[in-house]
Amino acid sequence: MQENTGKTAAEKIFDAHRVDNPAGDMVVLGLDAVFCHEITTPVAINDLIARGKDRVFDPSRIMAVIDHVTPAKDSKTAMQGKIMRDWARRHHIEYFFDIGRNGVCHALFPEKGFVRPGYTIIMGDSHTCTHGAFGAFAAGVGTTDLEVGILNGVCAFHYPRSIKIEITGELPDGVFAKDVILHIIGQIGVNGATDCVIEFAGPVVAAMSMEARMTLCNMAVEAGATCGICYPDMTTVDYLWPFIRTEYDSRQAALEDYRRWQPDKGAAYQQVLKFDVTDLPPQLTYGYKPDKVCPVSEMQGTAVDQIYIGSCTNGRIEDLRVAARVLSGQRINDSVRGIVSPATPEIYQKALDEGIIKTFMDAGFCVANPTCGACLGMSCGVIAEGEVCASTTNRNFYGRMGKGGMVHLMSPATAAATALAGHIANSNLYRE
Amino acid sequence: MHTFGGKTLFLDRSDINTDEIIPAKYLTEISKKALQPYLLEDLNLEGFDPAKDIAGCRVIVTRANFGCGSSREHAPWALEVNGIHMVIAQSFARIFRQNMFNCGMPAIDLPEEIIDRLFNEFSGPDTEIYADLETGELTVEKQGQRTKIAFTVSEFDRALVAAGGWVEYADARYGTTGS
Repeated sequence: MQENTGKTAAEKIFDAHRVDNPAGDMVVLGLDAVFCHEITTPVAINDLIARGKDRVFDPSRIMAVIDHVTPAKDSKTAMQGKIMRDWARRHHIEYFFDIGRNGVCHALFPEKGFVRPGYTIIMGDSHTCTHGAFGAFAAGVGTTDLEVGILNGVCAFHYPRSIKIEITGELPDGVFAKDVILHIIGQIGVNGATDCVIEFAGPVVAAMSMEARMTLCNMAVEAGATCGICYPDMTTVDYLWPFIRTEYDSRQAALEDYRRWQPDKGAAYQQVLKFDVTDLPPQLTYGYKPDKVCPVSEMQGTAVDQIYIGSCTNGRIEDLRVAARVLSGQRINDSVRGIVSPATPEIYQKALDEGIIKTFMDAGFCVANPTCGACLGMSCGVIAEGEVCASTTNRNFYGRMGKGGMVHLMSPATAAATALAGHIANSNLYRE
Repeated sequence: MHTFGGKTLFLDRSDINTDEIIPAKYLTEISKKALQPYLLEDLNLEGFDPAKDIAGCRVIVTRANFGCGSSREHAPWALEVNGIHMVIAQSFARIFRQNMFNCGMPAIDLPEEIIDRLFNEFSGPDTEIYADLETGELTVEKQGQRTKIAFTVSEFDRALVAAGGWVEYADARYGTTGS
């Protein structure tokens, strides 16, 4: 073990937010934000009521959205929405996003400026690790942790161990953050980063947009990681500038401030891994675990029934732009059906303004509203037993998008190319 | 402190995810009890039949990375309402493990060779396992055969089980802390 002469990104955030050390290496963190959605929050709300503790620690630090099944599909999901709505009203939660303003939580909350470098964030959703893209510590938790977050503004974690993953080389045309993260998970396995924070570093990450970094961090949990973290830099500042311009005199001043959340040079990592992506071909999953990954070319020609483009992994404007470029005036194959769900109303609006929605509709896609529904087989694109979905989402578990169905995870470019071909295919943006 | 244990269900696979433990389509339920019929409905494990194999079980023994995937606490709840109050595994996904202790139920990890031994010598429908959290000792019984296995649970996790879960523990200590 190397002597610890500096701190990792996560250690810095923990040390700045520690409110207690209840025992051993457990740290109770003070939280900057608690995010809530209608699947895991209503049970917490009902439990707080039953305990006589129907309170919130700070309504201005709670952000809530209805996103998993929206608009409601039946009486049960309507009741989940109602519990959220009544609770938000009762506690004056200003940042509550109901139908018309709602979108996939991990796309919506960053877009609203709620995620900042150095923040501590929890949510009752495993893909909360997405927000580490801003240099924050953000972790998915269960309903009880969420409940305590809502009530007391704290959450307990083991003091973090970190794995640094350096991504070097140059990403080939037609190869994206999704391909990179699928490849990494394929290499380290679904248990490869359990109980660890992953720092994504290196020139490839530094050159990525915030959207691409969110795609990268989104799937950190598929390797078991608590959070994926990218270092805050000018790309982070530029993204946040509309929200922080009153806090800082200049972008440079903001960057100087955010640099304190970058790791120290002598930080100790449990592991340092290097991936050169110069020769990386587009990737996809086969089988029922996200670490079953191979090049798209190896599955070329495999029949699919449905193409799904959307989700907290790949439903952002850049993703839709790439898919539209691949589609560019062509129609999807008659043997398949396509669904696209822009992840937020703002993304939807941009896609309308840029003609992307028309491209999708002309291609024969169904354009759905922003929602998580299809990704976890709840609504808006559930597949039948024996069917196969080419999907830009993050989980290919057995039955994930519908009982007895098969999911192949891939980038939006590959998904669009697959829609055109009617079977798994590389996009024309990639040249072997 | 409460003693955990009883009839044991052996699930011989790694990476069993929470979608398999309780599929997302049942997450529209807002009571724990309603999850009872659906536990392990989508488990991808040959020879396993949830309709026959779950009844009466109090403990699960399984392999590595149990409870990976979605953060849904519906997974430990679905176990709880079926009477399963303890899981023993080679390792757990972080969120699932925390959810178990937050609900006041132990998630005990044991080294691979001991898990192997449990599967090799004790798997079957007649095995019972009991845990004593105070002494850190498991008692494994099968048809007159009996063995003891030591385990460790952290001080914090033991405190959560003793307090009956994290909500009461935290609310007594942290008020409206925040950042």
